[in-house]
Amino acid sequence: MDSANISLKPEAFSDLDWEKIRADFPILKLKIDGKPLIYLDNAASSQMPQQVIDRLVRYQTTQHANINRAVHYLSEVATMEYHKARCRLQQFINAREDREIIFTSGTTDSINLVMHGYGRKFIKAGDEIILTTLEHHSNIVPWQMLANEKGAKIRVVPINDKGELEVDEYEKLFNERTKFVGLIHVSNALGTINPIKRMIDFAHQHGVPVLIDGAQAAPHIIVDVQALDCDFYAFSAHKLCGPTGVGILYGKAALLEAMQPFKGGGDMIASVSFEKTTYNTIPHKFEAGTPPIAAAIGFGAAIDYLMAIGIKSIAAYELALLDYATECLNEIPGVRIIGTAAEKTAVISFTIDGIHPHDIGTILNQDGIAVRTGHHCAQPVMQRFKVPATSRASFAFYNRKTEVDALIAGIKTVQKVFL
Amino acid sequence: MVTKSLYQEVILDHNRKPRNYGKLDYASHHAVGHNPLCGDRLDITLQLENDQINNIAFEGESCAICKASASMMTAAVKGRSRLDAEILIHEFRELATGKLDIDHPHHLGRLTIFSGIRDLPTRVKCAILPWHTLQAALNSIDNASTENNDSAQAVSSKL
Repeated sequence: MDSANISLKPEAFSDLDWEKIRADFPILKLKIDGKPLIYLDNAASSQMPQQVIDRLVRYQTTQHANINRAVHYLSEVATMEYHKARCRLQQFINAREDREIIFTSGTTDSINLVMHGYGRKFIKAGDEIILTTLEHHSNIVPWQMLANEKGAKIRVVPINDKGELEVDEYEKLFNERTKFVGLIHVSNALGTINPIKRMIDFAHQHGVPVLIDGAQAAPHIIVDVQALDCDFYAFSAHKLCGPTGVGILYGKAALLEAMQPFKGGGDMIASVSFEKTTYNTIPHKFEAGTPPIAAAIGFGAAIDYLMAIGIKSIAAYELALLDYATECLNEIPGVRIIGTAAEKTAVISFTIDGIHPHDIGTILNQDGIAVRTGHHCAQPVMQRFKVPATSRASFAFYNRKTEVDALIAGIKTVQKVFL
Repeated sequence: MVTKSLYQEVILDHNRKPRNYGKLDYASHHAVGHNPLCGDRLDITLQLENDQINNIAFEGESCAICKASASMMTAAVKGRSRLDAEILIHEFRELATGKLDIDHPHHLGRLTIFSGIRDLPTRVKCAILPWHTLQAALNSIDNASTENNDSAQAVSSKL
């Protein structure tokens, strides 16, 4: 495996030297108009450590060719490295087999794959699809498109005032027409961690498959797809310190085999004539065309990096930041935190009385502080809390406590400007 | 720094105490402007008589930049001819997108405090939305969107 080329070793961080880990991220040394960058937009996209950048450079400078095709040296190397990346992902989420890992262009692509491959084949007029209020638009819109096409119906699980799913209401939505559940593991807008194990088990009692949108969960929570028993699990590399343009769909092999292909093209076929095409086996059936080879290999290197630190250590560190930031924000008059679930990842959505989130974002940017402002591609969540938008600070393991202090000072500056 | 000049006193003043805020009971022209990217929404009503804007008002939910731009716009076009308003709309759009040379003669006056917006591409639409909506209202188009620059011309009159 590539771990030999990754300088990071678990024992090197037995004392959890987070400053040393932070130093792996060259972009964090940037200055924005003379102010040090304070990057608190990790839920949108995380930054990349030098180890992953180096892996991309090494691939591109010594290993690149197209895969699964030629017999020449480079093609064999690239094919092998791409396969190794798939195996790293399999290991990362504890899938039974490597063929259950499909490389996609990201979470959105993964969900669309399930909609086209599973939904269009198995969901019929009158069937019901259960989604939740917390879903990102990427786990709403594809299902609406399917529902419109088939005459199926979307049912929505409500949330309480803390931003937690009302699981009792979820259970009441099931009936003989329920055919699919789409469920976000961690809310990107609020940080709520949903009780997905219980919800998957309940769906399975009714024979209904469950897709988990894990985009916000995989960077912060240990995901074991066998223990969860989910049918599909999707996430993107760029939220896990990897490159953009690549993600995975995990699917149970039997389901993937029963599904129809999503995209047609090269690599996804066994044989083609103008009369008939025979499709390739999984995972190739779902990987038409030349895949993002470099990005997938970078994804594998990012997984190596994160596993060397340990998701458990990462989660513990980030939760300490979350607790500290929550405490500080609660002390500022006029600041309201949206989403106060008992179980959260290090995401804080907030509003400031009388000040529009876009003005907050622009003024914080003046101090080099990067937060997200807007509806976070989760308009149903915004509507539930009756706000047009929020500001969102989302933390990663390379953020410092002093950066939380800078955010708090920045918010006070915003309030002063608008005084 | 761009932001400091952007949020200078005059903009904040118009945000706190917007001029011509509300809705005219008897409007000859009306349009709703919408920025789907950030959810800003603006409702403009005006009375046009003999090609002169006798009265104008706006209301809606928006950020400080958008609200101040709307407030200053209504103050600038009230009592002016339709042609004057259209010249201002054109010049303001050019200003916000960095195409206007403010050292050359123009009619914007204090509105040039919005010149810094050109350095913040994500906020340009906030400043332009009121002007876009005014253009739609003058053209008797009910709805304007920052995501459809041709809307002011493309839709036929409904009033």
